[in-house]
Amino acid sequence: MGLFEAILLSIITASTPLLLAASGELIAERAGVLNLGVEGMMLIGAVCGFAGAWATGSTAIGALCGIVAGVALAALFALAAIGLAINQVAAGLALTILGTGLAGLIGAPLVGENIAAAPHLWLPGLTDLPLIGKLLFGQDAFVYLAIGLMVGIAYVLARTRTGLILRAVGDDPASAHALGYNVAAVRTLAVLFGGGCAGLAGAYLTLAYTPFYAPGMTAGRGWIALALVVFASWRPGRLVAGAALFGAVSILQLHAQAFGLGVPSQLMSALPYLATVVVLVLISRIRRGGSVAPAALGTTFVPER
Amino acid sequence: MNKAIMAAALILTASCAALSAANAQDKPETKPDKLKIGFVYVGPVGDFGWSYQHDQARQAIVKEFGDKVETTFLEKVSEGPDAERSIEQLARAGNKLIFATSFGYMDSVIKVAKKYPTVKFEHATGYKREPNVSTYAGRFYEGRTIEGTIAAKISKKGVIGYIGSFPVPEVISGINATMLAAQKINPNIKIKIVWVNSWFNPGKEADAAKALIDQGADVIMQHTDSAAAMQIANERGIHAFGQDSDMIKFGPKAQLTAIVNNWTPYYVSRVKAVMDGNWASQDVWEGLKDKMIEMAPYTNMPDDVKQLAADTEAGISAGTIKPFACPILDQEGKEVECKGGDHLDDGQIRGMNFYVKGIDDKIPGK
Repeated sequence: MGLFEAILLSIITASTPLLLAASGELIAERAGVLNLGVEGMMLIGAVCGFAGAWATGSTAIGALCGIVAGVALAALFALAAIGLAINQVAAGLALTILGTGLAGLIGAPLVGENIAAAPHLWLPGLTDLPLIGKLLFGQDAFVYLAIGLMVGIAYVLARTRTGLILRAVGDDPASAHALGYNVAAVRTLAVLFGGGCAGLAGAYLTLAYTPFYAPGMTAGRGWIALALVVFASWRPGRLVAGAALFGAVSILQLHAQAFGLGVPSQLMSALPYLATVVVLVLISRIRRGGSVAPAALGTTFVPER
Repeated sequence: MNKAIMAAALILTASCAALSAANAQDKPETKPDKLKIGFVYVGPVGDFGWSYQHDQARQAIVKEFGDKVETTFLEKVSEGPDAERSIEQLARAGNKLIFATSFGYMDSVIKVAKKYPTVKFEHATGYKREPNVSTYAGRFYEGRTIEGTIAAKISKKGVIGYIGSFPVPEVISGINATMLAAQKINPNIKIKIVWVNSWFNPGKEADAAKALIDQGADVIMQHTDSAAAMQIANERGIHAFGQDSDMIKFGPKAQLTAIVNNWTPYYVSRVKAVMDGNWASQDVWEGLKDKMIEMAPYTNMPDDVKQLAADTEAGISAGTIKPFACPILDQEGKEVECKGGDHLDDGQIRGMNFYVKGIDDKIPGK
C-alpha cells in the first residue's frame, strides 16, 4: 500500500463521522432549527452503539442502537425547542451537557471493554485493484451509508416536494403555516433525522474508528460538524467537499509532523475553524445567488391561534 | 400557568438544596478516631488511565485500613476555579488528608492549604509546597529507558513512532530517554514524533498512529491516555507500548509492555504517617525502585529481548543504569552541562526543554 493511498484511506475515515453528523444537522437547520446538541447526541450514540454491539456482537445492531439513542435525545430537544418554543440555542447547549453526562453514566461499566471493529467490504478482484481498489471497494458500511445519505439528501432537498416544504419551513415558517403545512411537525421530523445521523456518527466512532468506549471520546467532533454546516453554506455538495477538506487537514498535519516539516501543529488543529470563518466572510462579501443561511434559522415559531 | 409551574419548580429545588445542606451540617461526627481522606481527580475514575490508577490506590487504602478511614472522591474536577471550590469543600467536610491528583490544581491547593493549616495536602506532579502541602510524582522517564531499549531491538525498520500530547518537560524527557536508550542498541535509530495537542482524543490518537505507521514506523509509543494507538498497532500487525495502565486487552498481539502508574505504596505510607502523627511536608519523586511506576509483563518479544528488558529494569532500580547518564549531547552536538556528577540532576530532567542528538525534529514553539 503506497503512502498516497494510505493517506487517502485515513482521510476518508476521519471525514466520515463529520459528514454523518453534519448531514443530519444540515437537514435540521434547513428546516430552521439550530440544534447545538450535536456533540451530546454523538456521545450518546457512541455509548449506546458500543453497548449494543458489545452485548450482541453485531455492528449493525450497535449502529441501530446509536441511531435510536440519537433520535431519543433529539426528541427531547424537539419537545423543548419546538413543542414548548424554548430558545433553541439554550436548549441545544443543554442537550450537549445532558448528553455528555448521560453518556458517562451509561458508559461507566463499558470502559475498558473491547469489541471487534466493523468489518470492511471485500470484493474478490475489485478490492485488490491497485490504488483505487481499497478506496472504492474496501470501506466499512458506514462510509457507503454516509455517501448514500448525502446523495439522498441532495436529491430530496433539490428535487422533491418534501424538500421544498422543508426549505419553506426553514425560510418562512409563517407562509408555510398559512399554506396549511404543519411547521412544528416538519421541524420535529427534521430534528429527529438530525438526531439519528448524529447518533450514527457517534456509533461510527465506537464501532469502526476506534472500537472501544471512553468518556468524552467525540472530543469536539460535534462542534466541528456544526462548523462544517456553516462552512458548506447549507449545501449538500459543499458539505461533502468540506468534510473531505476538514478530514484532510487533520490527517495531513499529522503526516507533516511525522515527516518533520516543522509545521506548528496547534495552528493546523485550529485550521478547520479558521477556514469556516474565512468562508463566512467570503459568503457575506460575494452573496450573489449563493446560498446563505435559512432565513428563519434559530427562530422559534408559534402559530397564532 | 407557566409561571406557576416555574415558581413551584424553583421552590422545590430551593427546599431540596436547603434540606441537603442541613443534612450535611447535622451529620454527626462518625467516630472521632476515623481519618477522613479526600481525593480529587481530573478525569472520570473510569478513564482506564491516569485517574483510574489514582482511584486504585484509594481502594487499596480502604482495603488496608478498613473502618479506620473514610474516603471521599470527586471526579472530573476541571483545573481552575472549580478545583479550588472542590478542594475547599473537602477540607470543610472534615477531611484531614487530601490528595489532589493533577498538575493544574497547584495554585488551588496552595490557596486552600493556607486557609486550613491543620489539613494535610498531597499534590501530584506539582512543585509548590507549604508546611502542610507535599508534592509527589513518578519518574516516568525510567520506564521510557526500558521501552527505548526494547523498541530498538524489536524495530525491523529502525523507526520508532512517538505520539506526544503537549511538549511539556515530562513528555520531552520521555522522548529523550527513549532515544538515548535506543541509540545504545542501534546508533542509527530514527524517531518520528507527532503531537496531537490533547491528553485524550481517541480518534486523533488513532490517526496519528496510522500516519506514523504509514511513514515507516513499526513500533509505536504514546504519551497520551487512550488505547486507540494500541488498537491500530494490533490491527496493522506491529508493536506498541501501553501508557498509564496495562493495555494488553486492546493489543494482545501488539503490546510489548506498558508503563503502569502505581500510587498505592505511597498513598498507604502517607495515610500511615498521618495516623502516626509524623506526617511532614516533603517532595517525593519515585520510580521503579520504589514501585511508583511499574512495567506491565514483557510480551510479544523474543526471550533475549525479554531478558535485556528485565536487566535494564533491574539496573535502573539498583541505580547502576542512569537514564540520563553523561555525556549527553543536544541536537547541535553540544554537550549538556552535567549538574548531577555523572548524570543530569533532577532539576534538569524536570525542566527538560531540548532534544538530544539524533532526533531530527524541532520542539513545537521553540
